[in-house]
Amino acid sequence: MINKIINLGDSALYCDFGQEVNKEINSKVIKYFNSVRKSNIEGVTNVTPSYNKLIISFNLSITNFKKIKKEIEILNIDYENKIINKEIQIPVCCENSFSLDIERLEKKLNLNREQILEKFFNKKYFCYMTGFIAGMPFLGDLDENMRANRLETPRVKVPKGSIGLTEQFTNIYTFESPGGWNIIGNTPLNVFDSFNENEPNLINPGDTVIFKEITSSEYKNYHD
Amino acid sequence: MINSYFELIRSGINTTYQDKGRENLYHIGVPYSGAMDNRNFLIANKLVNNNLNAPVLEFAYQGPHLKYKGDKISIAITGDVMFKIIKNGLENTGNCYESYQIESGDEIDIISTNKSIYGYLAIGGKIDIKYQWKSCSINTKAKIGSNNGNKLESNQTIKLLNINSNKDKKKIDYINSKVENIRVIKGTNFNYFSDEGIKNFFEKKFMVSKLSDRMGMRLQGNKIDNIVNTNIKSEGLIKGVIQVPPDGNPIIMLSDHGTIGGYPKIGVVASVDYDRLVQITPGSKIKFTEIQLTDAETLFKLYEMDTDNLLSQI
Repeated sequence: MINKIINLGDSALYCDFGQEVNKEINSKVIKYFNSVRKSNIEGVTNVTPSYNKLIISFNLSITNFKKIKKEIEILNIDYENKIINKEIQIPVCCENSFSLDIERLEKKLNLNREQILEKFFNKKYFCYMTGFIAGMPFLGDLDENMRANRLETPRVKVPKGSIGLTEQFTNIYTFESPGGWNIIGNTPLNVFDSFNENEPNLINPGDTVIFKEITSSEYKNYHD
Repeated sequence: MINSYFELIRSGINTTYQDKGRENLYHIGVPYSGAMDNRNFLIANKLVNNNLNAPVLEFAYQGPHLKYKGDKISIAITGDVMFKIIKNGLENTGNCYESYQIESGDEIDIISTNKSIYGYLAIGGKIDIKYQWKSCSINTKAKIGSNNGNKLESNQTIKLLNINSNKDKKKIDYINSKVENIRVIKGTNFNYFSDEGIKNFFEKKFMVSKLSDRMGMRLQGNKIDNIVNTNIKSEGLIKGVIQVPPDGNPIIMLSDHGTIGGYPKIGVVASVDYDRLVQITPGSKIKFTEIQLTDAETLFKLYEMDTDNLLSQI
């Protein structure tokens, strides 16, 4: 159930599912997301799920807040509808030129490089949402001892393929972008493909991701 | 037909193809994009007898200098734009909101958007460009849209697939009005800010920073103090959202914005003021006034009726 629905400006609904971040709340958000998308409510232009919120944007020329709110309140939610989730392995190279913030993490977490990598690799991470930049997955949860804040000053350019860490989350920079997450490695895999219009994202909400460490030469030869 | 094309002698500072943009992709991280100033985009297309959602060239500050080769074609420029049309070496100053017949060898030199940011050039015909998710709109940050997601470069050509038959001169009397006063609906984290911060937000003026672009408008002014938390759990954004990062300087999300953000939202710009907001130049001052949801809805309807009325005069 949605805890409360309020307006975000004059052309979006802000559906609040709670304050915490966990799989259970996020699964509800995703179920609502799928149900809203399926219902084809007139005037809805975008539906954006996140950890515990769902934002429904609409075209103010054809509808308004009151009408969409009513539609959402009476919407049939298909709780049975099981989403088919994938498990995806992401190869990551952590050589020095890629692990830009490993020293910062060593200090912040009081762990050495080997311990950090051991706690990071070969674990299952859940995809809560995608976005910020096209296709970027927000994955969790990191080991309790792996949680660091964002950089004090964000980078102007984070390289494409970078793997970032912040708080209980980890992400993948699908293309070069500004960003403030702690970078520990880089994947040669293309995670977003705008030319595949039906399925541009390799990773979607609900999917499971496992990071696998690769060597520099495996990274270089990845596309051969 | 047809081998008609424009050659870009000079591309201009930030010239892109834009249409209405793309919907239903926020959840994968792709924003609307589309023409920043929707009203001027629509008027430009109507003046050359195009479909209202046809691609146009959007330019910022300094526009392109183009040379035409081909069959007679009509063009129109909208916004607050200084431009010249050069025929047989003779320069004539052009007027916005008026269509012109262009012949082979003619040049259009778009010099400046004066005291605004965005202007539009509509070409009466179908431009040969690629679409992604049913839109040609270029998002240079995500490399999405026509022209491989890049802004246009000098020496490039704009090829036409067909030309509208349109010999009549079309024009309207319209002045691109300027505002400094932007109406804002309270945001979902309004109560995160101190009384003093809220007072600053609605009573003091903010200066538009040079770091503004199609993604966002950064503002500088009296610090807006956060007394709850300077971060929230990341959640969806829409265009017009005003986020306040820890440094207390607001950022307004514009058409190419990131789809998810983790800074508290103090307000959202009313849709009625969006077209005029995006035209406010760096260095100018803006002031926010609070508006209630129902008033914002009514004013938007009136704004749309006004736009329809302008279009029907063409």
